[in-house]
Amino acid sequence: MVEQPKIHLEHVGFTYNATSATTGAEPVEALKDVTLSIPPHAITVIFGPSGGGKTTLLRLINRLNDMLSGTRRTGQVLLDGQDIYAHDVSVVELRRRVGMVFSLPLPIPGTVRHNVTYGLQLAGMRDQTVLDNALVRSLQQAALWDEVKDRLDDPATALSGGQQQRLCIARSLALEPDVLLLDEPTSGLDPISTAKVEHSLMELKKHYTIVIVPHSVQQGARVADYAAFFLMGELMEAGPGRQVFINPKNKRTEDYITGRFG
Amino acid sequence: MCGARMNDQEQQPRREARVEPVSTARGLGQGRDHHWGEFLVENAIRVLGFSAIGFVVLIFLFLLQEGLPTFFRVELPILFGQRWYPTFDLYGTMPLILGSVLVTIVAIAIALPLGVATAVFVREVAPNWAREILKPMIETLAGIPSVVLGFFGMTIVAPLVRDVLGAPTGLTAFTGALLLAYMSLPTIISVAEDALDAVPKSYRDAGLAMGATRWQTIWRVVVPAARSGIITAIMLGMGRAIGETMAVMMVTGNAARMPVTADSLFRPVRTMTATIAAEMGEVARGSTHYHVLFGVGIILFVLTFMINLAAASVIFQKRRRGGLR
Repeated sequence: MVEQPKIHLEHVGFTYNATSATTGAEPVEALKDVTLSIPPHAITVIFGPSGGGKTTLLRLINRLNDMLSGTRRTGQVLLDGQDIYAHDVSVVELRRRVGMVFSLPLPIPGTVRHNVTYGLQLAGMRDQTVLDNALVRSLQQAALWDEVKDRLDDPATALSGGQQQRLCIARSLALEPDVLLLDEPTSGLDPISTAKVEHSLMELKKHYTIVIVPHSVQQGARVADYAAFFLMGELMEAGPGRQVFINPKNKRTEDYITGRFG
Repeated sequence: MCGARMNDQEQQPRREARVEPVSTARGLGQGRDHHWGEFLVENAIRVLGFSAIGFVVLIFLFLLQEGLPTFFRVELPILFGQRWYPTFDLYGTMPLILGSVLVTIVAIAIALPLGVATAVFVREVAPNWAREILKPMIETLAGIPSVVLGFFGMTIVAPLVRDVLGAPTGLTAFTGALLLAYMSLPTIISVAEDALDAVPKSYRDAGLAMGATRWQTIWRVVVPAARSGIITAIMLGMGRAIGETMAVMMVTGNAARMPVTADSLFRPVRTMTATIAAEMGEVARGSTHYHVLFGVGIILFVLTFMINLAAASVIFQKRRRGGLR
């Protein structure tokens, strides 16, 4: 790659229950020596069987694992060449630059409008015009605007599951992050909603760097510009999506894609 | 695959057991005995279950039977008047109602911020080891008999209130409210803590992921999500406070005085519960005074019922507006 990667993981390892003396639980090595570059303005698909460390990887990129006790992290995570675990990095600032959407659509309590603008309000934005513009822009980007433009002051929980998930995407987009992490964003959605979300991802990648854990291999193949296959915490194969999904170099990647194990 | 194998192991002995009764004549008789036992247990449980409901209904009917005559024997203006002098046939319950309301509201005003803050601390902030110590301690607090707290209130809190606030006596509405706040804290804390615990972890992640600080996430995302549970906690605490008798009787001074002046909080009051407890033992059965005390019981019941109704409607409203969730 000629361009500088947006995110670069350098020999990253991550262990849960590393200090098992206190909890008595077995240490779980979720990521083992992962080195991976994620290019900007493209969709990178992280896929593999469950327990492979995909979610752990996403949560490392916006430091959500900080809150867990008893974990051990090795290696470096660089965002635009800067170590995000360095002492002078503001976690809050980082999370505003690296948005995340979870597998369950979880609107925060409150109205549709509140859900989208809340992140900005937290960041100290008080100007109503700016908030309104961000509301319209991010709902449009998440392909939700037409469906909710007359329901902005309804409780967010009154939306359908698919709408709630796109609302969660809009919520992340409102902060204009550089990077959008999506952890199985369509796992609870019907095929039509899934298609809408995938379609909006295609639009979004023009402006954002997207890292997605798909909920199926097929979805991964549909959206991938780049792809990385994880098995038991190890990075098996990474490369352009077309190559990984159509002509994998690693035998186990091929076995997984063709459904020989899962 | 693993599941299928376990099923096989489970079914093996059962199949043998089924074969045996059919092969011998005794099998059928055994089956009938079994049915008899089943019948008895089932009906015993049914009778016990319904009798619990039955007793509640009977108590309620008794309360009505003894209390309702009040509203015919005593003219309503007098009954809701300002003077409670049973010896002169003046049964004004207003000082008692307002006394209960004042003590309860002040108690909740003290207990609510403390209780919710403690619940947030225990659930969201405290490290695991501290939580393991704090939770049982809070639950132990609920087990302290109210008369012990009343004694503590008389000997420690009342003199303190008198000296620090310069009240003529330490036995005041405020003293009662302090004790009641203390008594309702364990309820409020444990119910609110459970409500916070029930908020999915992903809400916290979602809050953090949009750039909220830990405090913003707790206060603006997690606590609102637990709102209905926290309201339940407050209502339960209020129910505990308004129904509490012993501690209140010991520390509020029991003067049936209208708490309408600005300093009423630091003067003696008399609550409905304390009145019933103090006077019921000495009243002639069937007298007007006797019925009025039951009438006070009905008023108390209606108040508590309204609190519960308010709590239920808040929760119901939340659920209805919540759409799918």
